[in-house]
Amino acid sequence: MENKLSEILEALLLSASRPINIDDMARVFEEPKPSKDEIRNALNEIDENCMERGIELKRIASGYRLQVKQSLSEYVAKLWEEKPQRFSKATLETLSLIAYKQPITRGEIEEIRGVTVGTQLMRGLMERGWVKIVGQRDVPGKPSLYSTTKEFLDYFGLQHLRELPELPSLPDLESIELELPIEEPEISAENSQTLN
Amino acid sequence: MVEIKTKSPQEKEEKPTPPRQEEMFLATVKGKETVLPEDLYVPPNALEILLDSFAGPLDFLLYLIRKQNLDILDINVAKITEQYTSYIELMESMQVELAGDYLVMAAYLAELKSRMLLPRPEEQIEEEDPRAELIKRLQEYQRYKEAAEKIDTIPRLDREIFAAHAKLPEFSLDTPLIDVPLEELTIALSEVMRRAEQSQAHLINFEELSTRERMSQILERMKSESFIEFTSLFKPEEGKIGVVVTFLAILELLKDSLIEIVQSEEFGPIHIKGIEEVH
Repeated sequence: MENKLSEILEALLLSASRPINIDDMARVFEEPKPSKDEIRNALNEIDENCMERGIELKRIASGYRLQVKQSLSEYVAKLWEEKPQRFSKATLETLSLIAYKQPITRGEIEEIRGVTVGTQLMRGLMERGWVKIVGQRDVPGKPSLYSTTKEFLDYFGLQHLRELPELPSLPDLESIELELPIEEPEISAENSQTLN
Repeated sequence: MVEIKTKSPQEKEEKPTPPRQEEMFLATVKGKETVLPEDLYVPPNALEILLDSFAGPLDFLLYLIRKQNLDILDINVAKITEQYTSYIELMESMQVELAGDYLVMAAYLAELKSRMLLPRPEEQIEEEDPRAELIKRLQEYQRYKEAAEKIDTIPRLDREIFAAHAKLPEFSLDTPLIDVPLEELTIALSEVMRRAEQSQAHLINFEELSTRERMSQILERMKSESFIEFTSLFKPEEGKIGVVVTFLAILELLKDSLIEIVQSEEFGPIHIKGIEEVH
């Protein structure tokens, strides 16, 4: 019986062209449905069976995905004639600001980036399903608040936002002010007075 | 404010000659003739592309700072401002359309520079260094710039991650059509005949009802309806003869492979269906 379940689950994972979660898996069974623990055990079994295969079972934000082992991706990439899309600096910076500072308004993104964020760019991110509007900030103009989505995490093979690379820390500003070098000789006297 | 002493714009449009490397770019900045710093020397067309590679004025400023091998904390506002504005002015003189954001930054830097130069009144001695705000902005921007670069290296779908797929098994969802036994057809005919008998219309103009004509009528109807119910082809008011003509027409069409007779279930209604033919 156990074996059968893992076979069915493997079939589901391979045929769904999207990640599927345990609820999705349970839905295909007639009563009595296998319990979530039984499904989890069967998934572990699939994972173990992948050891000597070219694929692995990966848990990501939206559920599970059978994918090519990371170590083999370079071979697979050669099969693809089209080069994968590259993202512009603007897209990546905007995406990282939304990811790390969500929920965030477009104005706040612009403030940090020091540059206007185009409507086209935001629409592009939303169309890809990586970013969504989660509400409005309660200030004049009611700007939309943006957040990243599960699809964003899925795309990067992540399960949680906390798996994102750590944000470089901001140096302590108090200490910076003391370290500020003196640049103009004429006002250096003034400066040293200020700083000491 | 920058006048480039090379060629006039008109000449350039007609005959674009690539600038030679040894040719020094002379520019007049604020009335003072200066030789642009070496790293500022970029072919005019490339300058626009160069600026395109920056994500904005802050990115551009970070580049200038790095070029001087300086730490953000060590920036010399006067020098940076000068370099930044000379770039911007050079661009403007070449009619490169600049994003407003670059001009905003130029104005901000100019303001900062003047604040740095002005002696501060004694009572405002506690005022924080004017550079602090710029440094704060640069550092904050740099954090996310770095984060963005890190995000770019995360394995992503269809670049490093490839989902595994299997071809779906063949599904047969639509019910297969059942062959119509001939007796079914005759039973259906007798049904129609019986109904025709019940009808009391006897006035029939034989001449008007030729089998060929009926065939065309059925084909005509087939153009708008892909499925025609068998019985609906018969008109009781045409009487027995009408029924026979229609039935013959159907058989003729069937023989010519112009129609198909189908039945979706046993004893179900019989339908006439056109054959998808190559015209």
